[in-house]
Amino acid sequence: MRFSALKILKEGLTGNKGWAPHWRDPAPKPEYDAIIIGGGGHGLSTAYYLAKNHGMTNIAVLEKGYLGGGNVGRNTTIVRANYGLEGNSQFYSHSLKLWEGLEQDLNYNAMMSQRGVINLFHSDGQRDAAAKRANMMISQGDDAILLDKVSVRELLPNLNHDNIRFPIYGGLYHKRGGTARHDAVAWGFARGADLRGVDLIQNCEVTGIDIVNGVVQGVQTTRGAIKAKKVGMVVAGRSSQVAAMAGLRLPIESHVLQAFVSEGLKPCIDHVVTFGMGHMYMSQSDKGGLVFGGDLDFYASYAQRGNLPTAEHVMEAAMCLLPQIGKARVLRSWGGIMDMTPDGSFIIDKTPVDGLFVNAGWCYGGFKAVPASGYCMAHLMATGQPHEAAMKHRLDRFETGRGLMDEEHSGSQHNLH
Amino acid sequence: MRIACPLCGERDSREFSYKGHALALERPSEDAGFGAWDDYLHNRENPAGWTRELWFHDFGCGSWLVAERNTVTHEFGKVELAENVKEAMA
Repeated sequence: MRFSALKILKEGLTGNKGWAPHWRDPAPKPEYDAIIIGGGGHGLSTAYYLAKNHGMTNIAVLEKGYLGGGNVGRNTTIVRANYGLEGNSQFYSHSLKLWEGLEQDLNYNAMMSQRGVINLFHSDGQRDAAAKRANMMISQGDDAILLDKVSVRELLPNLNHDNIRFPIYGGLYHKRGGTARHDAVAWGFARGADLRGVDLIQNCEVTGIDIVNGVVQGVQTTRGAIKAKKVGMVVAGRSSQVAAMAGLRLPIESHVLQAFVSEGLKPCIDHVVTFGMGHMYMSQSDKGGLVFGGDLDFYASYAQRGNLPTAEHVMEAAMCLLPQIGKARVLRSWGGIMDMTPDGSFIIDKTPVDGLFVNAGWCYGGFKAVPASGYCMAHLMATGQPHEAAMKHRLDRFETGRGLMDEEHSGSQHNLH
Repeated sequence: MRIACPLCGERDSREFSYKGHALALERPSEDAGFGAWDDYLHNRENPAGWTRELWFHDFGCGSWLVAERNTVTHEFGKVELAENVKEAMA
């Protein structure tokens, strides 16, 4: 079933009776060429690109709950390529290019909206840092514009520009950044993988990883044993538990990151705006809700909910940036579980177990990476070689100290990012 | 979350800073080798459930604490002064 405007019109006029489920619900087979553990954004994207780019269609995605029920449905939907560090820069640039063609590629409406991301700055020093980052982004072939005070006022008239502590000096404007409908991204990849023959198996929790003489043989699940010579762990949020089944300890601590959405309002913020000094960022959804969030709660957690001190801090920062938000009511808040690595960057690599691959450590930036993460993970699993866009994201970089990807220059220790 | 500081009693979690797993009390010797130092600095068991971690009462008495806490429910168990824990380890 292909989606098109004509199809929507036809279905609309005939009672919407012709729509079929977007993917099958198969029972697991006893053996596959490859297994992806985790049916979130990254896992589904890995399966899609394994099938599309590498012709591997005898594969399965195993999901303990339902597809897209974890972090891909719990983020704030922001897409951007404004990284500076060699390695990260290439990777996120690659990802943004994939985002730009994603809806056509998947034949799925992911509501990709390149509304632009504006990072505000509030001092001369921050302006210099923004100019440096803008140059790095342009060097990578992406876009960046340094906005002065007047331009920010024109683009974002509703902000408090003259806050006594953090007056707005300008902003770094990344026009190709924006938002995408997070659930639809997972569904689009799921449908794309399913159409190419990938088995998406829900309610199937992996309970063990079978390894003989250092070589992976398959997995044990709540729906029986499944054999495979290649297994990819793509379970950010639960990476430590799944890796432990293979006897591995990862350089990851799990933390909770909260997000909030207000009741629906008339349009007041056209872009994604980040207020670094308040550790707060905001955009407005197509339904009108202001979607905003802040920092981690800063303690290890698997609770998928945070505590009030961080919520209070985020609200204060929101009031500081956009005073009119004080009139709005918060509709919902939620938390996602972040795989935090010591240097704040992700891992896509082989593991010491032959045939077992790991995709983890997305910290609080996994959503924008979904297409490139799957693309590079699929390349690694199919060819055994890292894709050039993710070849720096090695598992052993912490042990050796070589090639640390410390984007924030704050050091390579837990609890710094 | 409220944390029962052994010196100050139960206090709001905003008075405390988080350091991570209490593994930090088990610093390896200088010649312990790369593996031991890698485990100490980077690799974590990162359990979903009960764990032991270090909290610093920086807006209170200034004590380092070892707290038992459940990472799934955010419930606290026993909270001890880190200096007592460290002494007992010696």
